[in-house]
Amino acid sequence: MQLTLEFGGGLELLCDSKKIHDVNIELQNGEDKLTMKDLLSWVRTNLIKERPEMFMKGDTVRPGVLVLVNDCDWELSGQLDTSLEEKDVVVFISTLHGG
Amino acid sequence: MEGEGERERKRGGRVCCVCNEARASVKRPKTLQHMCRECFFHAFESEIHHLILNNSLFSPGERVAIGASGGKDSTVLAYVLSKLNRLHNYGLHLFLLSVDEGITGYRDDSLQTVHRNHLQYQLPLQVVSYKDLYGWTMDQIVDVIGFKNNCTFCGVFRRQALDRGAALLKVDKLVTGHNADDIAETVLLNLLRGDVARLSRCTSITTGEDGIYSPNAYRGFAREFIKDLERIRPRAILDIIKSGENFRISTTTKMPEQGTCQRCGYISSQKWCKACVLLDGLNRGLPKLGIGRSRGSVGSENGNGSKVEKSIQGKQCGTLDF
Repeated sequence: MQLTLEFGGGLELLCDSKKIHDVNIELQNGEDKLTMKDLLSWVRTNLIKERPEMFMKGDTVRPGVLVLVNDCDWELSGQLDTSLEEKDVVVFISTLHGG
Repeated sequence: MEGEGERERKRGGRVCCVCNEARASVKRPKTLQHMCRECFFHAFESEIHHLILNNSLFSPGERVAIGASGGKDSTVLAYVLSKLNRLHNYGLHLFLLSVDEGITGYRDDSLQTVHRNHLQYQLPLQVVSYKDLYGWTMDQIVDVIGFKNNCTFCGVFRRQALDRGAALLKVDKLVTGHNADDIAETVLLNLLRGDVARLSRCTSITTGEDGIYSPNAYRGFAREFIKDLERIRPRAILDIIKSGENFRISTTTKMPEQGTCQRCGYISSQKWCKACVLLDGLNRGLPKLGIGRSRGSVGSENGNGSKVEKSIQGKQCGTLDF
């Protein structure tokens, strides 16, 4: 599944200072959909190079990290249960890094 | 290929509870309302307009400097204030005021943002540097003091730099942008420290106070606590601020008097303001002077700060906010 991931507000520093990542995620056998929960664990394994605790706490993002799925706050789409589709754009913005 | 409309529908895209038309894109923490982008902007801006009116913050013809760091808070402030000034004919002369600390590589991005703000909102820009104001760049200060504690200098110098820049621009008022998280955090910190004087001042909409400096590592815990609270109940942040606003100090409590610095005339509760104490230390080759919680008089070099110093961890200097 092709997705565009964007990191901002300082989070880009955790993944090679690159803000926009076009990624292709292989779905696990038998699964035909990808949820935000799956995506987060994929990001943690494949993109985050340092200090993962700045990005995640438990199985979700650290409080203070905004998540937008196609420009919409993920709180409105079901947070971890949000299911993703081909070409979706997911943005992570940390609000913890100063004004 | 599917159209954008199709995609929204699939998502169960809820509509905005204000206009009942556009797709909601944010759940507003303050009210838990689902709102679309336009309605959110409108609500946010009109609340600020009413806040300005209700508190009589400005009068027509005034010169007002906007503290501009290039961060999100000050960018939002510059945008909203210039928009409201045009829309409601406040009749204000607005300026952007920016501080260059002189940290190699650090300010470049944010000063670029300030320049963009300057062009985008058509506001005149004034940049003041630590080097001009104090004779020291932050890089030079770090060279003598090291990486620990240098945030004390940066914070104290920055707040004063804004005031001095404001004097340079001959403005009547200086405004700075802050977000609810930061204010709530400051309320909690002042409460945890038992700093009653600051607790009552820190939420007030107008000030005359000197710089707040933050015993660093502590701040991180307060922030984490606040964000955890928010997850349980998003309004908690605003309620903490409300508590700060409503805090009343019993009239029998002795409060430190706010006077002026005998050296530079800046507002200070001590004989010398914090910046002058720090600067004096730097110039005398005693850079640790004034760091730590030495509440004592000027020139108290008897090491009373050393115990406190140990507990103050060097904060990652990521906070660009004023």
